[in-house]
Amino acid sequence: MFLTTLTDLSRLQFALTAMFHWIFVPLTIGLGLIIAIMESYYVISGMDFWKRTTKFWMNIFAVNFAIGVATGIILEFQFGTNWSNYAWFVGDIFGAPLAIEGILAFFMESTFFAIMFFGWNKVSKKTHLISTWLVFIGTVLSAYWILVANAWMQYPAGMQFNPDTARNEMVDFWAVATSPVAVNKFFHTLMNAFVLASVVVVGISAWYLKKKREEEFSRKSIKIAAFTGLISIILLIYTGDGSAQQVAQKQPMKLAAMEGLYDGQNGTPLIAVGLLNNKKFKALMNNDSLGYELEKPYLMKISIPKALSLLGYRNLNAFVPGINDIIKGGYVFKDENGNPCIAQSFEEKSLSGKIAINALASYNKAKKAGDENSMEDSKNELQENFNNFGYGYIKEAKDIVPNVPLVFYSFRIMVILGGYFLFFFILTLWLEKKEMIGRCRWFQILAIISVPLVYICSQAGWIVAEVGRQPWTIQNLLPVQASVSGVSSSTVLTTVILFFVLFSVLLAAELSILFKVIAKGPSSH
Amino acid sequence: MTLGKTLWMIVIIKLFIMFFILKLFFFRDDLRAFPTEQEKGQHVINQLTTNR
Repeated sequence: MFLTTLTDLSRLQFALTAMFHWIFVPLTIGLGLIIAIMESYYVISGMDFWKRTTKFWMNIFAVNFAIGVATGIILEFQFGTNWSNYAWFVGDIFGAPLAIEGILAFFMESTFFAIMFFGWNKVSKKTHLISTWLVFIGTVLSAYWILVANAWMQYPAGMQFNPDTARNEMVDFWAVATSPVAVNKFFHTLMNAFVLASVVVVGISAWYLKKKREEEFSRKSIKIAAFTGLISIILLIYTGDGSAQQVAQKQPMKLAAMEGLYDGQNGTPLIAVGLLNNKKFKALMNNDSLGYELEKPYLMKISIPKALSLLGYRNLNAFVPGINDIIKGGYVFKDENGNPCIAQSFEEKSLSGKIAINALASYNKAKKAGDENSMEDSKNELQENFNNFGYGYIKEAKDIVPNVPLVFYSFRIMVILGGYFLFFFILTLWLEKKEMIGRCRWFQILAIISVPLVYICSQAGWIVAEVGRQPWTIQNLLPVQASVSGVSSSTVLTTVILFFVLFSVLLAAELSILFKVIAKGPSSH
Repeated sequence: MTLGKTLWMIVIIKLFIMFFILKLFFFRDDLRAFPTEQEKGQHVINQLTTNR
């Protein structure tokens, strides 16, 4: 039954916490940049207007920072309690980036935040400005190390599995810290944060214009935010293209789910707009092989010919494997060194995974018996099959398929809203240049509506990234069901309810304080 | 109450709930029963290699 197992409840709890945490993070990062730019204007020009403007946006930043701070720590609680097998398995890899994040970035961010928020008139203008920039740099560094850890789960690199401890040990720090998935994910997420904060600034400023208040403040804030947003959305689209290429090569099942692609082909089209036939996915999940065979994947679609092949492989005629191809294997793909390989089927990977798990058990048995020859043999067998270790826990082929409708529609929401924000920032700058923004009521309403839309876009992106990689906590190495601890489902259910209440109260507090700060306006500074 | 004071109050209440209620009563480390690293590792190996 839905959501009764420990794995499902633990996943729900983790998703709830991560999504709540992600409400605050992008605004903190993005607003950090916008505030730093505004304060730089103040220090260069000496105009009191810029100090007032900076202080207002700094108050918005402070509310968001105070409510959001440490919500991410709850995720770390969950690692130890609900996901202890996983936490142990990844410990040495995760430990390093998270420790750097905690010590360097988080403390740097918090220390300079104190100077930035409380230090007006207590330190010199330049010291204050440097503190503001350091807060921004701290948030960026913080994001980088978290995303390094996340990217390692999507593309494990730079490590070696130690069968004595059952832990992955880092053998190449730079392979972990600068993996192509980490670097791309970092820039994509960072640009998302800049876009989100820019839309929030434009939206709040538009509200003042609609109320015929704070015109100079609003127009100058809009100009800075829209310019920051336009550059960021262009870079966001560029890094999104890079992400699609990474996903195609390293997580083909995620790409297949994003496109609702069941049967691959050469020169695969990209579904621009489409409606999935959910009966096909349900038939797959219910082991209804006849229904699965007969049902068509889409109810309707508008596709761009060959675009998915181009997007994923930079080749108009490249073969993009679908869900069935990945399950059946046998297609040719290029490995990390560019050499052509034949894809293994699920059955082959599952067998190889079981051999790896048995080899780990045999290694430990031989170790206890002091049989060094058997230890060596088991270790070699484990190493040969370790790339498929996680498949040994998966019972049926359908279990390697993520929730296709959720990933498919989330991807389209993200892309369509991303395209909308490109148009939105161009429109904003054009209206501002034509000096129409102060009297263009429909635009002001559009800008206000865009604030919730940018949050939906941002959350949808994470749903694609995280639901799309299911069932893996670590790609190909550990599925969710092998990652969970032995805690009881009722305990997890209790904490899910507690979190829901706590998060709702915190969100209500944030919105209530934010609305009060906005209603007061920048003139109060 | 000033904005700064309100925010401090929220941060303190939130941290208290997180560290003194949630962490202490609901989020005990699952491997705490095993005092040494070796025992923890052995437990996880058993978890990963049996009944899966």
